[in-house]
Amino acid sequence: MTAIGRAVRRLRESPALQGTGLILPGLLWMVVFLIVPLILIVVLSFGWRGEYGPVDWGTTPTEFLSRLSFSNYARLIDPLYMGVLGTSLRMAGLTTAICLVVGYPVAYFLARSSHRWRSLLLFLLLVPFWTNFLIRIYAWMLLLRTEGLVNRGLVTLGLIPEPLQIMYTPTAVMIAMVYEFLPFMVLPLYTSLEKLDPALLEAASDLYARSARTFLRVTLPLSLPGVIAGTILVFIPTMGMFVVPDLMGGARTALVGNLVQRQFLAARDWPFGAAASMVLMALTLAATVLYTRVSGFGEELVV
Amino acid sequence: MNAGRGRGLAVYTVLFYIYLYLPILILVAFSFNSQRLNLAWEGFTLHWYDVLLADAKVGAATRNTLTVALFSTLIATAIGTLAALALHRYEFGLRRVSETALYIPIVIPEIVMGIGLLSLYATLKISLGLTTITLSHIAFSIPFVALVVRARLHGFDRSVEEAAMDLGANELVTFVRVTLPLILPGVLAGAMLALTLSLDDFIITFFTAGPGSTTLPLLVYGMVKTHITPEINALSTIWVLTVFVLLFIFQALQRRTPSAA
Repeated sequence: MTAIGRAVRRLRESPALQGTGLILPGLLWMVVFLIVPLILIVVLSFGWRGEYGPVDWGTTPTEFLSRLSFSNYARLIDPLYMGVLGTSLRMAGLTTAICLVVGYPVAYFLARSSHRWRSLLLFLLLVPFWTNFLIRIYAWMLLLRTEGLVNRGLVTLGLIPEPLQIMYTPTAVMIAMVYEFLPFMVLPLYTSLEKLDPALLEAASDLYARSARTFLRVTLPLSLPGVIAGTILVFIPTMGMFVVPDLMGGARTALVGNLVQRQFLAARDWPFGAAASMVLMALTLAATVLYTRVSGFGEELVV
Repeated sequence: MNAGRGRGLAVYTVLFYIYLYLPILILVAFSFNSQRLNLAWEGFTLHWYDVLLADAKVGAATRNTLTVALFSTLIATAIGTLAALALHRYEFGLRRVSETALYIPIVIPEIVMGIGLLSLYATLKISLGLTTITLSHIAFSIPFVALVVRARLHGFDRSVEEAAMDLGANELVTFVRVTLPLILPGVLAGAMLALTLSLDDFIITFFTAGPGSTTLPLLVYGMVKTHITPEINALSTIWVLTVFVLLFIFQALQRRTPSAA
C-alpha cells in the first residue's frame, strides 16, 4: 500500500483526524490574524516609542526584551487619561442604559404583535441596522448643526431665542451613539421576548399578580438572556468607539478609542496606544465576563 | 394585554419608528435639493446624482469595496463552513482552543483588532492595501459564518449521508451531492452575513488600508470630515436603497425556503 493510501485510510478511520483537518484552515487564520496580533499588542504595550518610527525594536531582540517596562501603563495613571477612561465608561454605560430603557417597550410590542405586523416592523428595524453607521452619523450631523433643522425648528417654535451649540458637545455624541446602537439592543431583546410563552403571563394574572408584578417576576427574568446579549452588543462597541466623538464631539469629548486611534495614526506612539488599548480591552472583558456569569448566552447573538 | 396599555405601547412604537426613520428620510430628501448648503428646501434637482456618478473617487472606491467583499466572502464562507462542520460533528484535541479563537472577535472592541492587524503588517513589512484589507475582513468574518452555519446544522439528519455511503458513494460524492445541498441555506445565510460585514466595515478597514485602497465607508468618512455637500446625501440615498432592496430579497428568499433546513 502506498503512503498516500495509508494516509487516506487513517483519515477514514479517525474522526478526530477529520475534525482537526476541517478546523485547521479556520484555526490557522484566526491564529495568524487575531491571536498573533493580540500578542503583538501586549508585547508592544511594554515597549518604547522609536525616535524615527512608531516602535523602537532595538538592534537585537535581546536588547528589545531587556528594555520592556511598565512605563506606558504608568503614564496612563495621569489624571488626564484617567478622565478619558472615566468618560468612556460613563458614556458607554449611559448609552447602554438608555438603549435598554428606550428599546425594551418596542421589543415587547414587536414580540406581542400579530404575525403580519411583526414581520413588517422587524424588517423596518433591520434597514437602519444594516445601513452603514457613518451614514447614520452624518444624518445627525445635518440635523444638529447650529443652522440645522433641530435648531431652526426650536427657534421657529419660539422655544429658544437663538440656536444652541449642540454639535461638538458630549450631548451630540450621546444622541448619535444612542441612535446608532438602538437596533443592536432591540433585536436580541425581541428574540428572547418572542420565546416567552403567553400562557405564563396568563397564569400570573390568573393568580392575581398585578401587571407590574407580572413584569418584574415573569417577563423581565425570562427576557434576561436578551437583556444580557443586547447590553454586550451595545457596550463593547461603544467602549471602543472613536468615530462618533471624532466627527461630532470636537476636542472636548475624547474617549479611550480616540486616545488609541491618535497614538496609532497621528502621534505615532504605538506602545502607549497599545497600553491604552490593553486597558480598554481589560475593562470591556471584565464587564462582559461579569454579565455572562449572571447567565450564559450564545444563540441570542445570532440575529 | 390590557387594551389601554396596548394602545400606549403601539403609540410609543410608532414614535420610535418615526425617530428611527426621520433622520434618514431628511437625508434622502435633501439629496434632491438644489441648495448646496443642505439647509433649507429650494427646489428639486438630480444634480447631485450627476456629480456623484461623475466622481472618479466614488467609482474607484466602489470597485475597491466590491473586490474586497467578493474575495473575503468566498474565502471566509469556505473556511467558516468547514469550521462549523468540524465543531458540530467531531471531537478533537483542538476543539476548546478553536472555540475560544472563534469567540474572541465577537467580544473584543473592533479597534483592538484593527491596531493589532496594523502592527502585524507593519512588523512583517507588508505594505497596506487591498490585500491587507481582504485578509483582515476574512479574519473577522470566519467566526460569524461558523456561528450561522453551526446554528443551521442543528437537526441535520446524518442518516441520509450514511444511506448515500451504503449505496456506494464515497466521501467526496456524498459531501457534494448530499451534505452540501442540505446545508446550503445555512451556508448562503453565512455568506450573506460575511458579504454585509465586509461591505459595511469601517473600523478594521480604517487601520489596514493604504494609499489607493479607499473603500466606500472610508470615502464617506473622508467626505463627512472635510466638507458637507449634498453629494454625500446622494451616495447615502443609493446606499440605503440598496440595503432596503437586498434585505427585501433576502427576507423573501428566507420565507420560501422550508424552515426545516
